[in-house]
Amino acid sequence: MSYHAPATLDEALRLAAQGGGKVIAGGTDVYPAMAQGQTPDRFLDITRIGGLRGINRTEAGWRIGAATTWTDVIRASLPPGFDALKQAAREVGSVQIQNAATLCGNLCNASPAADGVPPLLILDAEVELASAENGTRTVPLRDFISGVRKTARREDELVTAVSIPTPPQDMGSAFEKLGSRRYLVISITMTAASVSCDAAGKITQARVAVGACSAVAQRLPALEAALIGQDARRAEVDPAHLSALSPISDVRGTAAFRQEVVATQCARAIARAAGHE
Amino acid sequence: MNNPHGIPMVQFTLDGVAVSAPAQPGQRLSHVLREALGARDLKIGCNAGDCGACTVLMNGAPVCACLTPVHQAEGHHIETAAGLHRSDPVAQALGTRFAEQGAAQCGICTPGMMVSAVALLRKNATPAEVEVQDALGGVLCRCTGYRKIIDAVRGAAPTTQNARGNVGDPIKRIDGADKITGHERFGDDIAPPGTLEIFIIRAPFARAGFTLGDLEGFIASRNGIEAVLTAADIPGHNAFGVIPQFVDQPVFAEAEVRFRGEAIAAVIGTPEAINALDPAAFPVTWEERPPACDIHSAQSEGAVQLHQGRGGNVMCGGFVQSGDAQAALARADVTVEGHFESGFVEHAYIEPEAGFAEIVEGRVEVHACTQAPVMDLEALEIILGMDRSKIRIVPSAVGGGFGSKLDISVQPYLALAALKTGKPVRLTYTRTESMQSTTKRHPSDIRLRIGAQRDGTLFGFDFYGAFDTGAYASWGPTVANRVPVHASGPYRIGDYRAESAGIHTNNPPAGAFRGFGVPQSAIAQECLFDALAEKLGMDPLAFRIHNALTNNMPTVCGQVFSQGVGIKACLEALKPAWAAERAAATDHNTSGKNTRYGVGVAAGWYGCGNTSLPNPSTIKSGVRADGTVVLHQGAMDIGQGANTVIAQIFATALGIPVGQIKIVGPDTDVTPDAGKTSASRQTYVSGNAARLSGEALRRAIVQRMNVSAEAALEIADGAITATDAGTVHTFDLGTVETDSEGFAFRAEETYDPPTKPLDANGQGEPYAQFGYAAHLVVVEVDPEMGTVKPLKFVAAHDVGQAINPMLVEGQVQGGIAQGLGMALMEEYLPGRTENLHDYLIPTIGDIPPIETLIIEEPDAHGPYGAKGLGEHVLIPTAPAILNAIYAATGARITRVPATPDRVRAAIKGLER
Repeated sequence: MSYHAPATLDEALRLAAQGGGKVIAGGTDVYPAMAQGQTPDRFLDITRIGGLRGINRTEAGWRIGAATTWTDVIRASLPPGFDALKQAAREVGSVQIQNAATLCGNLCNASPAADGVPPLLILDAEVELASAENGTRTVPLRDFISGVRKTARREDELVTAVSIPTPPQDMGSAFEKLGSRRYLVISITMTAASVSCDAAGKITQARVAVGACSAVAQRLPALEAALIGQDARRAEVDPAHLSALSPISDVRGTAAFRQEVVATQCARAIARAAGHE
Repeated sequence: MNNPHGIPMVQFTLDGVAVSAPAQPGQRLSHVLREALGARDLKIGCNAGDCGACTVLMNGAPVCACLTPVHQAEGHHIETAAGLHRSDPVAQALGTRFAEQGAAQCGICTPGMMVSAVALLRKNATPAEVEVQDALGGVLCRCTGYRKIIDAVRGAAPTTQNARGNVGDPIKRIDGADKITGHERFGDDIAPPGTLEIFIIRAPFARAGFTLGDLEGFIASRNGIEAVLTAADIPGHNAFGVIPQFVDQPVFAEAEVRFRGEAIAAVIGTPEAINALDPAAFPVTWEERPPACDIHSAQSEGAVQLHQGRGGNVMCGGFVQSGDAQAALARADVTVEGHFESGFVEHAYIEPEAGFAEIVEGRVEVHACTQAPVMDLEALEIILGMDRSKIRIVPSAVGGGFGSKLDISVQPYLALAALKTGKPVRLTYTRTESMQSTTKRHPSDIRLRIGAQRDGTLFGFDFYGAFDTGAYASWGPTVANRVPVHASGPYRIGDYRAESAGIHTNNPPAGAFRGFGVPQSAIAQECLFDALAEKLGMDPLAFRIHNALTNNMPTVCGQVFSQGVGIKACLEALKPAWAAERAAATDHNTSGKNTRYGVGVAAGWYGCGNTSLPNPSTIKSGVRADGTVVLHQGAMDIGQGANTVIAQIFATALGIPVGQIKIVGPDTDVTPDAGKTSASRQTYVSGNAARLSGEALRRAIVQRMNVSAEAALEIADGAITATDAGTVHTFDLGTVETDSEGFAFRAEETYDPPTKPLDANGQGEPYAQFGYAAHLVVVEVDPEMGTVKPLKFVAAHDVGQAINPMLVEGQVQGGIAQGLGMALMEEYLPGRTENLHDYLIPTIGDIPPIETLIIEEPDAHGPYGAKGLGEHVLIPTAPAILNAIYAATGARITRVPATPDRVRAAIKGLER
């Protein structure tokens, strides 16, 4: 039994290469998943690694370190393209969870209902992975999460950051979440949208991603294409645009309900992204 | 750094003091704080970040200590509720406001609430309501309905006053200080660190046969495992139940389990051994068998029969009939009918069942959370096969009960383990265990037909309700009996028939939950009343007022109250809000907005105390030689305020300020039986016993002092001073020989409500009093998404006489929160919603402002006219919400909870 909280990334990667054990940051997914009598033998805590926490401007855009919490995201000064991400951050559990949980942990946990994924998908986020043996590689977020609780991270790798290309300056964004209560609620469906509009209010560029309606949250390219030229206040979401979704029925709602309301949710997210409340 | 045993040490600052504690890799901060550092003020409700009870500040930021690896605290500053209360002026001022608002009921969530609020108030001394909600959204409370917490954080005017504490005075809770500082000791707070622990092996299937393997080998091959208990270890009878004719639940299943989560064995070991125990390693082989998972399959041909002698899995039924319902319905000008369903509802108190037991001088002592200490003792007497003189029940503080802690849970395992090992033992259910294994609200399947004459007078009522009582009886028979008596609602119905049946299934036992089936039947009745009013073209509130019971009108049981019937006053009190809110809703709905407003109303009634059965409470009191006035208070305070209410009644009867009373108990060694905290009976029944006890004590004193009955008494410093018609008499208590308990004067009085049995048609006098209620709610519905957001409640409650108006408000607000949960989000599904993130209860963001209108139609039987209130508060809530959804959208929801998908489906049904 051991608990490692290395101060440097090199040390962390060396431990990961040895079979680092359970990687832990905020702990908000690790502990609830821990079954009776199944405490991991070895923990690798990444929260004390120098330089891993924080949001930085880079040449290409923005870099969010792996130990960055949701509260850090909420407090950061970021362009409007990140509004959806900030709104999602406020919907992650509760203040207690936002203070501990990390955005990268949310990705690594790979829940179909992870609030962080749709806003990052519309930001074209990429996940940065590092290992002692192979150095650093970058994987688009859409490829990083490969299924329910499955990611492209190898055992000897650690996620070190999410990198985001600079969103267009005129692009607004919004996040919509449907749940059965306020606070501490797992989404029934969620949508993140970002749009740019011309002077007449017609959409010139659109990105829409939906979560909790398929094993992995996804962008909706057919919808995005169909939105060009539409009035953002009353965008039409054709059911055919949502045919890539495959929601399930569970305790939170039926598949048919999800498939239906997500269309409304998309329209609302698009309108809000364009600044229409 | 390691400690001498080689366990690594973690060092941090705890409430300003440098501390060092041994910590196993990955151990939760909450565990180390509670067990190694004594910070028992930190409460654990779920161990999953779902309830926030364990909130601490780490470097000033609120986090769930249950999700924080203790190693992350290394070198940091941790602050807890008790520490903040000791030294932080913001926390101290907030604590005062919590007390002045009555913002702590049971107190289990209070530390988490206080810590979260302090973090907010340090940054923002004058937060808006939504800022408070955002900051406290991560802490669940099941008692208060959150509104008083919001008021306390925002610094609203106090709802309490500093007063003598007579009946009617809105004083602070007399037991509130420890709840606010975090020092209240709940079920998991009694055991010393290192105490042996119990782990219960539970069924993973709804129905299965099982064979135990090599238990001796299992024990021998594991360090720190002391013993395993199974059915074979029970010295008495392996059976418990709350109703003598229905004692059918085993402590440990034998050969076959009847529901998922049923216990088959218990492992006793050191904390380390229990922590490491993998349940899969326990030697048992299962043989899964086809279960009956709902009332329909349980009654179908070939279904498993759960209990001998209960053919068709019918546990029992209830029946009330007066007049001729069928004939009246045939002749009624209009009729309506409906089919209504509801699912299991989980009590979801924030304190999971927990306790501690030890052997003291050959007797077994059980310290656990409970609503019914004497019933616990009686159950253990049978299970342990021990004389009751060898058993002592010392209830801990109770972190919410709502009915489920009437049944035993941890108690037999604790007692058996203490007897088996001879050592102290502890047991705290995990949230999942608590949800899987303890009782629930009965799912209901109700068919109802109601008629009326053109003038709006009810004319014929035919009700059939089937209730899923689960694998064992628990309080199912009470539900079956109560429902037909109450299904009419508080209305005059001449031609009435109501039948109920409790059906066994392979589900968890359904038992007592605030209202005993009446909230379910009220949904059917009150929703159909709206349908009937609509068909008649009548205003729904006017329709109810027209049919409301009044004094001297018979109930459906033929019981005639010549006084005290307050439902009409409750309904009439809603008239102003009804007019104003309906007008405002119409304005909203014609303004072109996306959402729709609707206003709904519903009423309810509830008979206080047992149904036509003896139901006594005894209260002992006395004056010691030093002048201390002692009240032996055995009526369990589970957060509702019995300690304060009983003391206020007693103080009024004796004629002293409440602050002078020293409360003793609850403890079965020293407090007489004040019955169970159930059936809205403590204010009424135990309150009467307290009144009689206070009056008797006063009589003994004035007789001895030879002063008039009206003399004003002062009891202090070893003397009693009586001021009688301007003359002052002093009595030296030292001159009286004290009894074996040290009392110079004493009184012990019993009150039992006058009821009469029900005949074969349910005619009789089931209760000595009813309480009455009517709720109005405004909801906002988003028709496209199916979401429903209550915006405001107005609740009128006839409590006869409010003993403490602040506590009345607290009950009303908390009851409405539970009713709202039942209406909109709560459904327990075995195997699917066994935690507090899949099973949702309302958060601080879900409960809108609640205006409480206290109606006082005194009851001749109640102490100072008081009536019970505990269950009444949620009976009208769910139907009022469903009626409001209908008013907003035209969609009639007939199955709760009205989740977004169900509401959307109902609205779509209209569009077709």
